[in-house]
Amino acid sequence: MQTMKRAAIVLEDGSRYEGRSFGFEGGASGEVVFYTAMTGYVESLTDPSYKGQILVPTYPMVGNYGVPSAEKDEWGIEKYYESDRIHCAGLAVSYYSDEYSHWNGAKSLGEWLKEQRVPAVCGIDTRALTQKLRECGSMLGRIEIEGCDTTPFYDPNTDNVVAQVSTRERKVYGDGPYRVVVADCGVKYNILRCLLRRGATVIRVPWDYDFSREDYDGLFLSNGPGDPSQCGETIAHIAAALKDDRPIMGICLGNQLLARAAGASTYKLKYGHRGHNQPVTVPDTDKCYITSQNHGFAIDDRTLPEDWQTLFVNVNDGTNEGIRHRSKPFFSTQYHPEASSGPVDTEYLFDRFIENIKIWKASKK
Amino acid sequence: MEKEIKKVLLLGSGALKIGEAGEFDYSGSQALKAMHEAGKYTVLINPNIATVQTSEDAADKIYYLPVTEEFVEKVIEQERPDGILLSFGGQTALNCGVGLYRKGVLEKYGVQVLGTPVQAIIDTEDRKLFSEKLAEIGVKTPRSIACSTMEEAVAAAHELGFPLIIRAAYTLGGLGSGFCKNDEELEAIASSAFSYSPQVLIEKSLKGWKEVEYEVVRDRFDNCITVCNMENFDPLGIHTGESLVVAPSQTLTNSEYHKLRAIAIKIIRHIGIVGECNVQYALDPESEDYCVIEVNARLSRSSALASKATGYPLAFVAAKLGLGYGLHEIKNSVTKVTSACFEPALDYVVCKIPRWDLNKFDGVSKLLGSSMKSVGEVMSVGRTFEEAIQKGLRMVGQGKHGFVGNKPVKVNIDEELEHPTDKRVYAIAEAFEQGYTIDDIHERTRIDRWFLQRLHRIHLFKEALRAHDGDGSQPLPEEVLREAKRMGFSDFQIAELTMTRSDSPMFDRMLRIREMRKEMGILPCVKQIDTLAGEYPAQTNYLYLTYNGDKHDLEYERDHRSVIVLGSGAYRIGSSVEFDWCGVNTLKTLTQVGLRSVMINYNPETVSTDYDICDRLYFDELTFERVMDIIELESPYGVVVSTGGQIPNNLAMPLHRQGVNILGTSAESIDRAEDRQKFSSMCDALGIDQPRWRELTSLDDIYAFVDEVGLPVLIRPSYVLSGAAMHVVYERAELDRYLSEAAEISSDHPVVVSEFIEHAKEIEMDAVAQRGEIKVSAISEHVEFAGVHSGDATIVFPAQRLYLETIRQIRHIAAKIARELNISGPFNIQFLGKDNHVKVIECNLRASRSFPFVSKIMKFNFITMATRVMLGRSVESHPKSMFDIDYVGVKSSQFSFARLQNADPVLSVDMTSTGEVACIGDSYYEALLKSLLSVGQAIPEKNVLISSGPARSKVELLSATRTLLRHGFKVYATAGSAEFLAQHGIAVDVLGWPDESGSPNVIDYIRDKKVDLVINIPKNQTRRELDNGYKIRRAAIDFNIPLLTNARLASAFIMAVCQVGKDGLAIRSWGSY
Repeated sequence: MQTMKRAAIVLEDGSRYEGRSFGFEGGASGEVVFYTAMTGYVESLTDPSYKGQILVPTYPMVGNYGVPSAEKDEWGIEKYYESDRIHCAGLAVSYYSDEYSHWNGAKSLGEWLKEQRVPAVCGIDTRALTQKLRECGSMLGRIEIEGCDTTPFYDPNTDNVVAQVSTRERKVYGDGPYRVVVADCGVKYNILRCLLRRGATVIRVPWDYDFSREDYDGLFLSNGPGDPSQCGETIAHIAAALKDDRPIMGICLGNQLLARAAGASTYKLKYGHRGHNQPVTVPDTDKCYITSQNHGFAIDDRTLPEDWQTLFVNVNDGTNEGIRHRSKPFFSTQYHPEASSGPVDTEYLFDRFIENIKIWKASKK
Repeated sequence: MEKEIKKVLLLGSGALKIGEAGEFDYSGSQALKAMHEAGKYTVLINPNIATVQTSEDAADKIYYLPVTEEFVEKVIEQERPDGILLSFGGQTALNCGVGLYRKGVLEKYGVQVLGTPVQAIIDTEDRKLFSEKLAEIGVKTPRSIACSTMEEAVAAAHELGFPLIIRAAYTLGGLGSGFCKNDEELEAIASSAFSYSPQVLIEKSLKGWKEVEYEVVRDRFDNCITVCNMENFDPLGIHTGESLVVAPSQTLTNSEYHKLRAIAIKIIRHIGIVGECNVQYALDPESEDYCVIEVNARLSRSSALASKATGYPLAFVAAKLGLGYGLHEIKNSVTKVTSACFEPALDYVVCKIPRWDLNKFDGVSKLLGSSMKSVGEVMSVGRTFEEAIQKGLRMVGQGKHGFVGNKPVKVNIDEELEHPTDKRVYAIAEAFEQGYTIDDIHERTRIDRWFLQRLHRIHLFKEALRAHDGDGSQPLPEEVLREAKRMGFSDFQIAELTMTRSDSPMFDRMLRIREMRKEMGILPCVKQIDTLAGEYPAQTNYLYLTYNGDKHDLEYERDHRSVIVLGSGAYRIGSSVEFDWCGVNTLKTLTQVGLRSVMINYNPETVSTDYDICDRLYFDELTFERVMDIIELESPYGVVVSTGGQIPNNLAMPLHRQGVNILGTSAESIDRAEDRQKFSSMCDALGIDQPRWRELTSLDDIYAFVDEVGLPVLIRPSYVLSGAAMHVVYERAELDRYLSEAAEISSDHPVVVSEFIEHAKEIEMDAVAQRGEIKVSAISEHVEFAGVHSGDATIVFPAQRLYLETIRQIRHIAAKIARELNISGPFNIQFLGKDNHVKVIECNLRASRSFPFVSKIMKFNFITMATRVMLGRSVESHPKSMFDIDYVGVKSSQFSFARLQNADPVLSVDMTSTGEVACIGDSYYEALLKSLLSVGQAIPEKNVLISSGPARSKVELLSATRTLLRHGFKVYATAGSAEFLAQHGIAVDVLGWPDESGSPNVIDYIRDKKVDLVINIPKNQTRRELDNGYKIRRAAIDFNIPLLTNARLASAFIMAVCQVGKDGLAIRSWGSY
């Protein structure tokens, strides 16, 4: 540990948290966000929704079980990752387990971060940093490493980060009976797996792709990073799809894009929801679910048009967690039913989506 | 349809025992709190008088009665409750509830079981039903075959193949369970298991797999959450109560974590639990394969730990869910704004470490296995595993300073690593010391490498510290010191490793390190346990200290209006729930007088570590270092050291020397009572008699002193090589053997030898004094003669069989001592009385074990008064005298010998009981009978075996034997006892000794349950009798036949059975006396 370079995470208001470097030795800037999950650093780091952000896990010990290999599954998708690379800008933790132990660990977290050129710092009072972000809201920040150039502060929300993480080309996975177009704004692989496991042929298309050209049975709007207002093209394509009655399901950014396409507005939350323990309820029922979340923006329910309604509400702060169309088979969630990482309690929503497709297909005959 | 629930009956767990301890006081107290909040009238049955839940403000009505079907049915008949809570009193309450359900009692009286339905409980308790039930939803359980005969068991074993685990169904904490590798072991374990349960399970062993637990909650709307998961440091094969446990899991990937979580939810839904349950898994360390090993459909030790580990009040929430609330309708009691429907996120790690007291038991097997032996536990909190485990190892309180820096343990390392005992962690430290690699240790222990890697870091850092060894004049490099603290090294450990060349005493070296790091600004910071990892602000002050952070979570008022109460630490033999009650009452009194109450304690099984019981709770160490850290942060008005037992008492002087305001009796006075020499000279000066004693450092001196006072003598070595620390020696040969084998004697390790007075009564006074004047006192007497530790003795209050003259002498002596030591606060004095002559044997200037007992019998809270005294408030002398109490309380001890394989179940000068109860009666015998029935004795049906030991006991039992025969009992006796009885004209059937062949043999009678009560009084004579007696006692324990080993107690029990009997036991609540 003594040989590690001094490093620090510095916020835009000048506050500094000193530690040591354990990842790539270079500067990094982005929006600093905390997340409260206690497992799943591999999944989080490869989640494209974290593009442009410096992650601060509140759980203090990270790296314990190492990092699995890039082995691929039967659909040609990396088995243990949520995309093919690390997307976040940097990582700041309290304690880093330099030695790891797990049967499927192939390398240490530090080695992987170096390989992927992502800086990381350990020895940070992440609780103090979290409280700061809770009180002041998400802030811009950067990782500074002794002897390395520093980078200027950078706000990913002013950029179209979706364009940076979306697939460059149309790709098809599987050959199931249900043709699902996935509008990839930074899709997590587990969404693809959840669809494939349910008999879908997944047609993954770039964020700005006009999917009306495709022959499909259902439209899936993926998660993704940044401010939804940056994705005008996607919103326009969705708005066109809303005129049709082919089933639509959206997750996270997909929820916000669907809302915007329907005419509602979105806003930035003070510090967002990032963790595995967020409770949501279905309004006017006693049903409550524990969900995995990762978002900095939310839908303003009050702006939802007449023919739309709130599907889920966050129990803690009452913010929107999903919407549905009153008559058509369109719904979306702000949280992550595909989990990975996090609890899998709401994965049944994928069944509902496939069910909607079946009904739609039957009605067509 | 469900009727409206107005009155709720809660079943407690009775006496603390191994496998069922203080955690159920905590869960029961929480349940009562939830019932009150919902406006329900509560009735509690629990004979454990020392608990917080059996206090006047906890339940509306309290019955100090045994938690058995018979008694509970009678209470139901009398109280007619609308609902009953079965899952808050451990296995005792659960089994009792299932029994009442099966007998149709609950239906008969229209009592609705709140929360989890009884059928769901039965489905989880019956191993076969359980496996079938889980198979229905495709959840894997270890392959298991239920057997009801030995033949079936052998056949099953051959079908599954060794190694196997044998479990008895329907028992608590793995009682009667064990591993076996061959037919011989199988037969031994299975026959013991059959004695506890008609059903025994034979299962394939999964030794070496990871053991992981989840605490799951479900409401009646089918909403489910998992509050916490926990991972055992020790792999499967060691009972989770015996294992070091961390929360949350450390070595599970997201996929493993959530796979097991999802299965847990699937299970709770399928079984239909409403409330809380715990799911235990075995997880393959080489894949994601798993098995569900156990589901507990009730609050458990693990759930108490999970509550403390997360701040999520599981028992409180479970009780609310039992009333029909939904999770989303209950508020998170930490943030007060978010909902209880969430899963806590931790931003720290906790480490639970068991506390064993195996040295107290002669002959016990120290091997850890699938049955629980530990008597208590600690929970440590840190932001690294290294920090948490080192804190935890200190908290356990067995003289260790952490993982390293201890005296080396003398064990065979390979043997210890492969067949672990209570010393396993230190064997790992020693193994590193001797150059074992992580892999070497992993191969032998199967402990996950991640844990070993962390321990190895501590080991390596110790080496780094050693490189800076000196005399302390040069400060250590700041980086080194800071890193040491971050890894949980105490100042003491650092001093031990870096100041070996100093000639100052150890305590001063430690102070030097403290001073050094304070100069460098290396100070711990205070963090909250807030359930949400800082995402929302916490409204409660549930705190811990860490060096892995730089910012405090709270700001201090520094207004000198805080009072710090030091808690009692891990439950152990000699210190348990009674001090929790004392601590809680101290805190309540502080709040009443308008001061800020601050608690320091680290025992997860307690109510005093509940964050809503005080203004600030530090879940942290009770070491000098940590207490000083907290005092420096709090700048309190003062510190209370007298309500938490011996740990805080021992801190009085060191804290006082640092200028800390010790409230109440001065530290100097405490020292005068604690220091044997000083106390003795004081007694001499006051003309108070004591048994003669001397502190000696050579064999010659010991023999000379023994010649002077005569045998028997009581010997207390300061350094024990093997066996118990205290011994009464009756014969010269025994003295020789003891001094040569058991104790080390030198000028460094003196031995205290005291005159031992036989056949003397032991009397105790619990009292509170103010500025030397006694304000309230309670005199109680032991049923057994002196020689039985006061913690094991059966105690009667008010004393019923003392001469007035004895009482007067006791009062005079107590008044003199109180005045001389200028006592302001609680104290306890133990006396010997023989032929109307009184001697003092011990004096403690702190609350004693019997404070809750006498307070509740007298209906006067001694602790409230003591706290007011310590705060300098005025108090009125209590006017009631013991003659005004027209009922009797009897406190009995609970022993856990059944769990302690091979231990000799006898009473001696060293304490061995793990818990206690007390009951009230209109007469001495009524109270005694209720009390003994509460600790597992049973009124014999027909047959009693008497093996009456020494002559004096034979005489003692003569009249009791006559009474038994007169009441139609059949009495069997061993040869000597039968002969003695025959001489006195009593004919009984003779049974052969264990070492005799032929029948009838005493062991056969016990095994075949042909006797309902065994009375065996140990004799201190020939080896043969000792062995025979031991075999009889052990057989009684192993085959679960009630056993009494003290003649005075046995005689009293028989008289009570014959005079009062089952029908003479009044079903009356505490309030009605």
